[in-house]
Amino acid sequence: MADGMKLQFVVDDGDFTRAGETSSKVKKTLTQLGFSPEVIRKVAIAMYEGEINMVIHANGGTIDVEISSEKILIIMQDRGPGIADIERAMQAGFSTADSKVRELGFGAGMGLPNMKKYSDEMEITTEIGKGTCVKLTINVKG
Amino acid sequence: MKLLEVKELLSAEVFCGEEFLETEVDSAFGSDLMSDVLAFVNTRVLLLTGLVNPQVVRTAEMMDISAIVFVRGKCPGEDIIELAKSKNMVLLSTKNTLYTASGKLYAGGLTGEEKGE
Ligand SMILES: Nc1ncnc2c1ncn2[C@@H]1O[C@H](COP(=O)(O)OP(=O)(O)OP(=O)(O)O)[C@@H](O)[C@H]1O
Ligand SMILES: [Mg+2]
Repeated sequence: MADGMKLQFVVDDGDFTRAGETSSKVKKTLTQLGFSPEVIRKVAIAMYEGEINMVIHANGGTIDVEISSEKILIIMQDRGPGIADIERAMQAGFSTADSKVRELGFGAGMGLPNMKKYSDEMEITTEIGKGTCVKLTINVKG
Repeated sequence: MKLLEVKELLSAEVFCGEEFLETEVDSAFGSDLMSDVLAFVNTRVLLLTGLVNPQVVRTAEMMDISAIVFVRGKCPGEDIIELAKSKNMVLLSTKNTLYTASGKLYAGGLTGEEKGE
């Protein structure tokens, strides 16, 4: 397996129709590298939720992915407004999404809890007015 | 249930993936909210939705969902069809509402995805 493989992607500002392209690419790469369906599913769902958040809440940014035979690290850095109360944002059902986002099928306040559920480690650092960084680790077992 | 049977029960139109209609689906999930699809689906289901945008296909891709039925007569645009084709997905459309389409499939033996296995 490709040990220490590093990938970097740019997530476009507010381009909702393309949101998810990065997650799709990473999913393909992991499939080609032969990771288990369970690991791929965890990465795909957690990363896609994060990528959508970057587009709908945070003006886009960059995603770094580090792949090794032990773990997959996903670092999502945006230039959005930041999160004022992380604990509150993590609660299922909490959302500040407007009606436009809801019409697109998102904004139920399920994304962050879902990212927590599908990752083995999740770390959020945020600064109001500067942006948010979400770091996800998914362990590769066996 | 085979997708071919889904197509017949719902008198559905096929937009792409005609060659995959022999594929079997074990259960189904219906929602207009992709947030809920991402949070509640645990297995490879058939997705029924009244929402039509590229994120429906992307959500399905992440969840390993290989077939989508658009309800209430909604039809996907060219961009959505092209995206689904590139992912070997089946796109169907029925005139039935979400409730009626679900009822027909359930009566035909296709059960629902329920959280907690
Ligand atoms: N990257 C981010 N930058 C700024 N705010 C964010 C970011 N990610 C999440 N938030 C805030 O946290 C809230 C909860 O996020 P979460 O992903 O759980 O729900 P949502 O995106 O509103 O809806 P869903 O994910 O169900 O579509 C958001 O409504 C938003 O206020
Ligand atoms: Mg979200």
